[in-house]
Amino acid sequence: MIWLKMIIAGVITFLTRFLLVSLIKKNSLTNKTKIVLSYVPSAVFPAIIFPGILIDGNGTLDIENNPKILASIIALIIGVFSRNIIATILTGLAAYWFIIFI
Amino acid sequence: MINKNKIFTKGVLDCLPLLLPVVPFGIIFGVIGMELGFGPYVTYATSFIIFAGSSQIVFIQLISAGASPLVTLTSVGIVNSRHLLYGAVLAEYLEKLKLRWKILLSYLLTDQAFAVSNKYFKKNNKNKFAHYHLLGSGLGLWVTWQLSTILGIVLGAIVPEELGLSFTIPLTFISLLVSEFRKSKHIIVILVSGCVALLAYNMPFKAYIIIAAIAGLSVAAFLNRKKS
Repeated sequence: MIWLKMIIAGVITFLTRFLLVSLIKKNSLTNKTKIVLSYVPSAVFPAIIFPGILIDGNGTLDIENNPKILASIIALIIGVFSRNIIATILTGLAAYWFIIFI
Repeated sequence: MINKNKIFTKGVLDCLPLLLPVVPFGIIFGVIGMELGFGPYVTYATSFIIFAGSSQIVFIQLISAGASPLVTLTSVGIVNSRHLLYGAVLAEYLEKLKLRWKILLSYLLTDQAFAVSNKYFKKNNKNKFAHYHLLGSGLGLWVTWQLSTILGIVLGAIVPEELGLSFTIPLTFISLLVSEFRKSKHIIVILVSGCVALLAYNMPFKAYIIIAAIAGLSVAAFLNRKKS
């Protein structure tokens, strides 16, 4: 039973990835739609970023004394200026460790 | 042939910095699967068959909590629904490929691979081998995810929780948006999406990601309403 559920979950996951790759043809999108789609990273990734920083393990908002907030802001500043992925991640992690351990 | 190899290698190299946070996440997934009593085979198979970190965690947590198949599968579908948007963005670059290529690249389409290969496609949309970039970034992530899941299963929690490595997940996605933080319309979309995600966080089926995405895209459409 677990295997059947897993395979169905795998097929569903695959279909979410495959469906629009296979259905959308080059000229089927209007320019307006293309402009809006260029915002997909900006519209999707914050939904992973904000809760990852501001929501604790119990599912509640954690704003006071949350070292991740300052560490994220430092990472963002370094990222915007360096445009370097690894520098952004490592700076954020280093800042976080600095705040919690020192 | 050299061109294909070069592009493939570029895809692997571009996703390399993003792999660092994937390792602890994969290990954590392996550990959770074992702790919930799924055993090594089922735990590993989810990484191969589903191959989507957050959906896998939702899947095994709901099953171990005794949720009905309908609830479990609906949740997996909703957590994954953001991939529909990635597919819509990449469709124009992958349109000419044979079906087997589309199937393979779709299976490998993750947040990270989408982020780096979408950037590459935008700059190199004339190159007929551009899809090798997505093959490289997708496979780089796939191999890392499989190995780190196995590490978690075999070695257990080798990374102490106090290090806070789960924080590298939001950091990864911040690093993927740093160019967007230079554009005011994108900043508005980012803030709207992030705030909606926080407000909708406790909605059923983990729907907050797709709700935030739809809110963000609606704002993007509104901000660009004058262009036609």
